[in-house]
Amino acid sequence: MKLRYIDEFRDPEVARRLLSEIKKISRRPVRLMEVCGTHTMNIGRYGLRGLLPHHVQLISGPGCPVCVTTTKEIDMMIKLAEEDVTVATFGDLMRVPGSHTNLNHQRARGADIRVVYSSFDALGLALKNLKPVVFLGVGFETTAPTVAATIIEAKKRRVRNFSVFSAHKLIPPAMEALVSSPDLRIDGFICPGHVSVIIGLRPYKVLAERYKVPCVITGFEPLDILQGILMLIKQIEKGKAKAEIQYTRAVKEEGNLKAKEVMEEVFSPCDANWRGFGLIPQSGLCFKEEYKEFDVNSHFDIKVDEAKEPLSCRCGDVLKGKIIPPQCPLFAKVCRPANPIGPCMVSSEGSCAAYYKYRDWEIA
Amino acid sequence: MKVVKVNLAKNVAKVDIGGTQQWIRLDIVNEVPKIGDYVIVHAGFAIYRLDEKEAQETLSLFEEMLRHEAPLH
Amino acid sequence: MIKQIILDHGSGGKASHDLIKEAFLPFFDNPLLAEMNDSAVFEVGGKRLAFTTDSYTVNPIIFPGGDIGSLAIHGTVNDLAMCGARPLYLSVGFIIEEGLSLEILEIIISSMKKAIAEAEVLIITGDTKVVPKEQVDKIFINTAGIGIVETNCNISGKNAKVGDLIVINGTIGDHGMAILCQREGINFETPIKSDTAPLNKLVEKILKKTNDIHAMRDPTRGGVATSLNEIAQQSKVGIEIWEEALPFSESVLGAAEILGIDPLYLANEGKFLAFIKRDEVDKVLNVMYSHPYGKEATIIGEVKPEPKGKVWLKSKIGGKHLLDMLIGEPLPRIC
Repeated sequence: MKLRYIDEFRDPEVARRLLSEIKKISRRPVRLMEVCGTHTMNIGRYGLRGLLPHHVQLISGPGCPVCVTTTKEIDMMIKLAEEDVTVATFGDLMRVPGSHTNLNHQRARGADIRVVYSSFDALGLALKNLKPVVFLGVGFETTAPTVAATIIEAKKRRVRNFSVFSAHKLIPPAMEALVSSPDLRIDGFICPGHVSVIIGLRPYKVLAERYKVPCVITGFEPLDILQGILMLIKQIEKGKAKAEIQYTRAVKEEGNLKAKEVMEEVFSPCDANWRGFGLIPQSGLCFKEEYKEFDVNSHFDIKVDEAKEPLSCRCGDVLKGKIIPPQCPLFAKVCRPANPIGPCMVSSEGSCAAYYKYRDWEIA
Repeated sequence: MKVVKVNLAKNVAKVDIGGTQQWIRLDIVNEVPKIGDYVIVHAGFAIYRLDEKEAQETLSLFEEMLRHEAPLH
Repeated sequence: MIKQIILDHGSGGKASHDLIKEAFLPFFDNPLLAEMNDSAVFEVGGKRLAFTTDSYTVNPIIFPGGDIGSLAIHGTVNDLAMCGARPLYLSVGFIIEEGLSLEILEIIISSMKKAIAEAEVLIITGDTKVVPKEQVDKIFINTAGIGIVETNCNISGKNAKVGDLIVINGTIGDHGMAILCQREGINFETPIKSDTAPLNKLVEKILKKTNDIHAMRDPTRGGVATSLNEIAQQSKVGIEIWEEALPFSESVLGAAEILGIDPLYLANEGKFLAFIKRDEVDKVLNVMYSHPYGKEATIIGEVKPEPKGKVWLKSKIGGKHLLDMLIGEPLPRIC
């Protein structure tokens, strides 16, 4: 059963070699942070934490775009669903708790909420019906260009009943906020795979130079992750701090110029609030003037009360890598996938969800 | 995923993974793929045409590793 | 405390278990029900009988590999087979939406006819209701079945023993993926087919060769992961599954990559898990290989003493992680 360019990167023999290389050259204790939900999940899925030497610590950062969406934004999305609209969203957002409820419960109560796999499907809904369709745009630089392309198509076809709630966020500003924070020690970044397909190497070069932190753009298969970790440790042991690409089959230094162009045609960076971080300057995406007609705010005035954060939930600290999920007092006791308190436990890319789903401390 | 059909007029391509097929958008891919190429897909769009030369290089590197180390027990 | 029924409660996973525990068991409680096996086994006049019931609400009602009719027959026959019973008689209740075409009904009925012929059972009683438009979606079917347990074996979810090897008779996730792909409109070179099939004849053959089958379960809603968890909890044992050994068809794997769904949580309607005494496994496998529904049988894991009640997966590259029961509802109306 061969899935080409996937199975080869899961070869157990090579994994064992990479692990033994890591064990051979790694001397000092290191904290490596990944900022991509798929990395978090795959590290868990393949049990990599348990296979690495103890002094190589993998910390999860804000790699889950759903998780870093603020409660206020979630409340606004839920409020939108009360209007006479079709809300189209990625499946992940359905169970994320707002101040009082979530989209899943609203759907059970009759709200027209549809799960889509692509923003283009949402546009398809708008083309088929007269009812206004609002797409919830949540994602990083991998998703933003796809949404921008959909919006450009909508403009081309003169669609009047389609708009987007832009909660998109940019990863490098968050990485900068993390590495410049005095109370966090990060020795290296496992840089996101697909975000980097789009943005290329340059943003990490700036980070590496300014903050002397090694950055390696890494793919998603276990061999990619292990090779990326090996490259980081090699740098650290030699006292280097460069930006490198492990995921060479998909990432070029300049990134994907076409995708960047499309994204920049529709959106421009603006300040944004992140769960756990507060305001990060120039870390969100807002509509450029020419495309403002597709901004949900041009169609609806969404007013919500002050957001109610879940009591004792330490999702914010988990997102900053300040604590690992098991250190949250609610983790696995009160907060579980069946009864999630915060988004980190709900989202398919959430750190808490990954730690819970792939937990191994209960196994002999 | 492997590209099995390309429709430039509609700006879409059909991809196959293990026999499962779906149509994806080509609006933001770096290079328009040909049939037989591999692409990375995200949220219904092709975001990159895989560089197979690079992929083979990485795999050869792994094979080198296996050949040159003494076998583990 | 459950306040309102949501779709998750019908998923066959943890939410369903919670609903049964909270809403039903306190009122219907008795030792037979409390066993919570696929069928209830009881004694009447010195004979051991098995009794089971199931309702079918699958959408779409006709899909590659079968339809709601064949699914209903196979499902009930298999539930009886899972406790070692020889299925004898079924009841069928139809709830039909006003307006359903006779042509569709005929497809379903002839498919049921084929299914009962293959399983060698009879439908001996039934009921039909027709309700106004939109008060049911096309057709729902309820079946109940009765069988006789002729062997000496004691096959139950609480009898898995440490050291047992776990065998499955073929590829995982086919039915669930077939339904999901139909609903999502995902295309294939050759569409993924449901694996719906009657397993009683195969099980009968196995039980003729050995008495050392300790537990069996057909992993329908909730998938292999959920069924393994149920047995681990009922038998108070640990279960280790080996990722490398798990059989999947290439198309199910491909669809799973696209949809981001784990096939271990998808329904199977022609597969069963058997917990077999270690030194009897080869005997069982030989029987299975020579049967059309067992050609791809494979050992997927083993029963360990600790930690009790837990199931875990050993990944291809050696790391281990827990494999939970299904929590939410990825697929309403799967069977």
